[in-house]
This record gives sequence, structure tokens and C-alpha cells, in this order.
Amino acid sequence: MINATPALKAESRDLNFFYSNGNQALKSVNMPLYENKITALIGPSGCGKSTFLRCFNRMHDLYPGNKYEGKIVMHPDNTNILEAGVDPIEVRMRISMVFQKPNPFPKSIFENVAYGLRVRGEKNKRTVADKVEEALKGAALWNEVKDRQQDLAFNLSGGQQQRLCIARALATDPEIMLFDEPTSALDPIATANIEELMSELKSKLTILVVTHNMQQAARVSDYTAYMYLGEMMEYGDTDTIFTRPTRKETEDYITGKFG
Amino acid sequence: MTTETLKTKASVLENLVAVRAMIRRHKRNDVIFAAIGLIALMLGLLTLLTLFIDLVMDGYPRFNLEFFSNFPSRRAANAGLLSAWVGSLLVMAVTFLTAVPMGVAAGLYLEEYAPKNWFSDLIEINVSNLAGVPSIIYGLLALGLFVYGLGLGESILTAGLTLGLLTLPVVIVSTREAIRGIPVAIREAAYAVGATKWQVVKDHVVKYSQGGILTGVIIGMSRAIGETAPIITIGALTFIAFLPPAPITEVAPFINFEWLSSGFTVLPIQMFNWLSRPDHAFHTNAAATGAIIILLTLLMNGTAIYLRYQIRKNIKW
Amino acid sequence: MNTATNMQNQSTALSISPRLAKNVRRNIKERVIELILMLAALSAVFTTFAIVAILLYESLGFFKVVSLVEFFTSTEWTPLFEDAHYGIMPLVSGTLTTSAVALAVAVPVGTIGAIYLSEFASHKVREIVKPMLELLVGVPTIAFGYFALLFITPLLQKVFPELPGFNMLSAGIVMGVMIVPYIASVAEDAMRAVPMSMREGSYAMGATRFQTAIRVVTPAAVSGIVAAYILAISRAVGETMVVAVAAGQQPILTFNPMDGAATITAYIVQVAMGDLPHGSIGYQSIFAAGLVLFALTLGFNIIGHVVRKKFREQY
Repeated sequence: MINATPALKAESRDLNFFYSNGNQALKSVNMPLYENKITALIGPSGCGKSTFLRCFNRMHDLYPGNKYEGKIVMHPDNTNILEAGVDPIEVRMRISMVFQKPNPFPKSIFENVAYGLRVRGEKNKRTVADKVEEALKGAALWNEVKDRQQDLAFNLSGGQQQRLCIARALATDPEIMLFDEPTSALDPIATANIEELMSELKSKLTILVVTHNMQQAARVSDYTAYMYLGEMMEYGDTDTIFTRPTRKETEDYITGKFG
Repeated sequence: MTTETLKTKASVLENLVAVRAMIRRHKRNDVIFAAIGLIALMLGLLTLLTLFIDLVMDGYPRFNLEFFSNFPSRRAANAGLLSAWVGSLLVMAVTFLTAVPMGVAAGLYLEEYAPKNWFSDLIEINVSNLAGVPSIIYGLLALGLFVYGLGLGESILTAGLTLGLLTLPVVIVSTREAIRGIPVAIREAAYAVGATKWQVVKDHVVKYSQGGILTGVIIGMSRAIGETAPIITIGALTFIAFLPPAPITEVAPFINFEWLSSGFTVLPIQMFNWLSRPDHAFHTNAAATGAIIILLTLLMNGTAIYLRYQIRKNIKW
Repeated sequence: MNTATNMQNQSTALSISPRLAKNVRRNIKERVIELILMLAALSAVFTTFAIVAILLYESLGFFKVVSLVEFFTSTEWTPLFEDAHYGIMPLVSGTLTTSAVALAVAVPVGTIGAIYLSEFASHKVREIVKPMLELLVGVPTIAFGYFALLFITPLLQKVFPELPGFNMLSAGIVMGVMIVPYIASVAEDAMRAVPMSMREGSYAMGATRFQTAIRVVTPAAVSGIVAAYILAISRAVGETMVVAVAAGQQPILTFNPMDGAATITAYIVQVAMGDLPHGSIGYQSIFAAGLVLFALTLGFNIIGHVVRKKFREQY
């Protein structure tokens, strides 16, 4: 395990991205995503790390005029998920996402977690209930909410809401989970909970996380990528990036000289 | 290890086939709903189109000059709109002169002067409440206040004032919206060169928002021109075979206000009158009048919407 | 700014310098203008009070003759007959029945239209459809009355041969079409106010447009949509010309839309067209009916605005 090269889950190849106003937000980005590992994206705000993350579940398709060039290939089936023939919905069913701010639906706790299953047309009540329980346990929320699953999700605290959103993303057994600065709206204790959770989750799936917090990247990730102005400046295993970065820019950013 | 990966690959692919089939099914709902949604929105427009075509076809025999130059008559074929369109014109003049100055002034006060306190809140609540009061209630107000209370009778003045009050909220709201679009920086620039508040309001605020105000005024006027219920309620006579005294005379002082207290009829009242006759020949007259009223209001509203579109497109700040 | 200071200026400044005197004159002019503008704004308050005062005053005369018990419990409304009865209920039943038919049409059509506009329509489609809906709102109601009486009723009579020439069904349907744009635009506002992050959450789970619209956006906007319905009820209740032309003039206590029956508004029109002496009980009866109508619409408007405001505060 320690020395074996992990399996490739997905990779971006020469990925360019243009917003509808013509701005090029990503410039020929290449990056691998290893299975059952956590990859962290760091870089100053506006560097394109969130834009890059949102390419993985085709979120940009929601807004007209955005354009991708290049590939994101998923393994083991070798599908280029950016290809015009691939439905973004299909991609999102394989790759789920947790957002910067917790965004539960105005529904009960139970229905929030069950949402992905409902969307997939799952009718069996038993199956849904089991999956919801499993996901809530997986998101370390079960003990806190098992007796009030019919309560409105808005009544939970911020940290609980974010774990609820993780449970929601988890309930459909995704292959990859995207985290877009998942703790930026949370207090330190809730942040620690989420980080611990991510480390546990990687045994089941592959994680890509955007973070503006370098300590967080160092704590949770196996691989780290440093992005700047839409370009991939440096990529490597986290220890190397944080202790012996090869590029001056990376070192400056990590040591806080800039950013 | 190798067999393991292969199995995963097989299961992923199998899963993908199922997922793709499901997405196709779900997306069919998207298409169906989009079609139903468009039809739902088109229903209103389709009704309007049918209504207009129906009116034009029913009223077709009356589309000639005599229809506009004849007074109402006992014989449907000879009955015309002369007194009605003249009445509409005069009533609208009074409405315009009441609603526009009052509405713009009230809008200016609420946006530029009113302090944030209970008094301003009271005015605001009243304006938004008035916009929701049924028009026939304005008719009852006018009947009690203008016709009998102030003794103005069933006159052009009464009708004009009534429709003026009815239009007031429309003008106030659109004035405020137009003013709100003007950035504070422009006001500050004017104050900085020593202008008084009124100079700022008159030379800048009103000037830059006049397009938006005009849009609201046109929409308000088009609403007033088609209003029927309040005019009926004040007891307007419906068989008027005379014209009010001319507002402009040939002898000094050239202006005559007698027309204000004259009896009158207006287009929608004339239409209602013809429509309520048992003799179906008069329905033809009603249809022709209806077509004219619709055309008139569509033109006015169309102009207002186009104007607003132009203003939004050319906005500089 | 401060009145007291201005007054002081006025008394002492005149003797001091012409420049200050000019300032004083200017300040007075500014104050007078502000006062005039304020009076214009007060006209709104005045109108509301005048409406309430007139309705109450004339109704008071009515209720000197008619007891409130009879007004609310008698099932006959015949103020102009020899044997006069003054029960408002037949008019209320007509009003509620026509409004119910109108809502049965306008609620589904308006809601579907709103969902389409907010979640499905492209920017271009929205830019075309919304002004068209505005045009529809601007059409005078008397024209719709003609349409109900001479187009829709004959059409309905082909399906229901026993349908009378004046009936609440046809008036209600046409009123419903008239109200669709109101529901569509208020409900669309509510849906567009739902934050994008919530939609993204749904799409990220692999939901389709339809699933997102029905399962997430609509429930999130539900109070705004309900407000749209309530405001629509208020419009339907106050609508006059369509019912006056097409629904009938007989005050009958019935909730069957296939019947012809008078509404509150139709009764007011009917009496106003006649020649009733000022101060007679018949004259006063339209103010009593108007008072009920005003109370109904005011009630619905207030509830609608409260619900809508609450919704806005949510986000």
C-alpha cells in the first residue's frame, strides 16, 4: 500500500476553460486524481481552483456560454466526461459535490439525504431508509439526528448542515466526491469534524478538495496541486509540496510571502 | 488485483448503462414539461388573439367613418361613437392633469424627501394598499364624495377625478422606480456645486427619470381609458346624443370650462350599453367598440413597454 | 434644515446683509416646495380614509334599517322589491363561486407558467413572453366580458346544452385567464428569489431541470407562490365587468357554477345603472355591499403581502 502506485481514478488532460464573457479561467491544466486518495487544490483566490473543481461535475453547464476544451477522463471506463455526447447528469450521478456554504434543501433531514435516491427514482422505502441511515452514519451525523430525522434541515447548526450535505452526497455511492472549500463557513471545531470525516471517507471513494487553508491541505491531503492564474504550477505528494517545493512561486505561497 | 479491477470496470460499465437509460427517461419529462409550460403561457395570448379576431369579425360592418361621426341611435346600423370618443378624450385630459402632477410629486416626496419614520410608512402602506383596491370601490368613493358630497354631479370632472385617483398609485410606483435608478453620485455632484435640494430634484432627478415616469404614465392612462366599473358606478348616463361645450371658444377668454360639468359617455360605457341590449344588432356595435378599445390599449401598452426597453438598453450608469 | 434656526435667521438676518436675506428666501422656497410634495403624497392617505369614511357613512344609514343579523344570515337579497330582504349571502356566494372557477383555471396554468419562465425558459424566450403577459394585463375587462358572454358561453353550451346564457362558469373561466399573468409574474418572482446555491445542490445530485424545479425550487418558494394565489383571489373577488356582463344579475344563493347569479360587484353595477334616489335604502345598499367587498379584498391583500414579505426575509 505504501509504495504501490495507486490506481488512477481520473485525470485532466490539457484542460482549458472559458467563461461566457470570454475570460480564459483554466490554461492547459493536466492533473491526475488517484483512487482512494485526497487531492487538495490550493492557490490564491481567483486562481481557477474552484473553476477547475466544477469542471469535474460539469457545473459550468448550468450557465449558458461557458466552454470547455480538452479532456477529463474517468477510469476505469476511460470516458471523457467533457465530451458533448456525455450527459452532465450522468457525470453528476457518478461524481457528487459538497459546496462552500452548506446548502440544504428546505426539506426534512431525512428527505435531504434521500434526495439523490429520489432523483434516481428509488421507490423502495426500506432501501431508502437504509441508505439514509448508512449515509448519515458515514457523515458522522447519525447519533445527533437519528431521533429527529423529520425536522427541517434549516434547524441544524452550520457544521451539522455541512455534514448533512456530505451525507446527501454520500447516499448515492459516488465514485468521486468534490469539496469546494467545505469548511470556509464553519468554526474550528466543525472544521476539525469535517476534516476527520474526509480522512475516513477516502477508504470508500476518491476526493478532490479546494481549500484556501494551507494547514488544511497539509493535514488531510495525500496529493497537493498549486494553481496560479489558471495554470497548474506544481503537483506532487503533499509532503513534498510542503517541504521541498520545486518552484519558487509555490514556496512563496506556502510560506505566506504572497497570497 | 487484476481480476478485482476488471470486475470493478464491468460493474461500473453495467451501472452506466442503467444510468443512461434512466436519464433518457427523466429527460423526457423535461421536454414534456417545457412544452406544457409554453402552452400554459400561450393560453393567455391565444385567448387575447381569439378575442381580438372575434371582435373584429363581429364588428366588421361598423368599421367606417360614420361609426366615428354618428351619435348613438335607436337603430344599431346608424349608432356611432362620436359622443363616446369625445367623452373619453375629455375625461382622459382631466385624469392626466390630476394623476400626473400629483403622482410625480408624491413619488418625488417619498423617494427624495420623506424621512424614515412612521409617517412615511403610513403613506407607503396606503399607496400599496390603494393599488389593490378594486376599481368599483373607487366608483363608490366618487359617487359618495364627488357626485353628492361635493355636488359635482355625473360630470366629466367627476369621472376624470375618479380615474385620476385610480391611476395615482400606478404613477407613484413608476415614478419611484424610475428615480431609484439614479445613482447617488449624480445627486452628490449637483450638491457639490451648491445646488439646493429642489434644484437637484428638478434639474437632475426629474430630468433623468422622465422616460421611466412617462412609461408609467402611459400604462396608467391605458388602464384608465378601458375602466368601466367606476364610471358606471358614478351613474354616467349611457345615451348621450350631444357633445359637451367646446373647451376652446372663438370669443375671449377663448377657454371655456363648462365642459367639465357636462354629462358624458366614454368608449367602454358605450360598449357595455350596447352589449346589454337584448337586440343583437347592437352587439355588432359593441364588438366594433371593443376592437377599437383593445387596439388603443395595446398600442399604448406596447409603446410603454418599448420605451422601457429602450431606456434599459441605453442606461448609462 | 432646522426650522427654529431658520426662523431666527429670518428675524435677525434681514437687517444684516442682503446675501443672508437671499438665503432665507431660498430656504423658505425649499420648505414650501417640500410641503407641496408632501401634500401630494398625503393624497394617498386621504384617498384611503375617504374610501373607508364614505363606505362606513353610507352603510351606517343602511344598517339603521337592516340588522347585522339579517344582513349576514338572510338567504335573500331583494332590496329593491316591495318585500325587501337584505341578506348579503347570495351575493357573496356568487362572488366566491366565480372566484373559485377563476382560480381553478388560473392557479394551475399560472403556476406552470411561472415554473416554466423561472426554470426552463431561455433569456430570449423570457424577454419575449413577459412583455406579452403585460399586454394581456392591460386589456380592458369589458372586452373580456364580451368574450365570456358571446364566445365562451356559446362554446360551453355545445358541451352542456342546458347551460343558461348567463352563467358563472363562463365568467369564471375568462376571469381565470385574465388572472394568469398575475399569478405567473408574482410566483416567478418568488422562484427567482430562491438562491442559486440551492439549485446547484440539486443539479450536483444529478437531478434534471424538472426534478430541480418541482422538488427543490417550488417547495423553497412556496410561501411566495401562496402569496401570488392570495393576491389573485383578491383580484377575482373585485373583478366587475366580466361578471356584470356574463354571470347574470339574479342574486341567488348557489355555489353551482352552471347557474347564473349576481356577484357583489355585479349588483353594484346593476343598481348604479338604474335611477335610485340619493339616500334611499337601495342607494345605501350598494355601499353596504361595497363595504363587504372592500373588507374581503383588503383582508386578502394584507394576508398576501404579509406572506410575501415573510418569504422575502427568508433569503
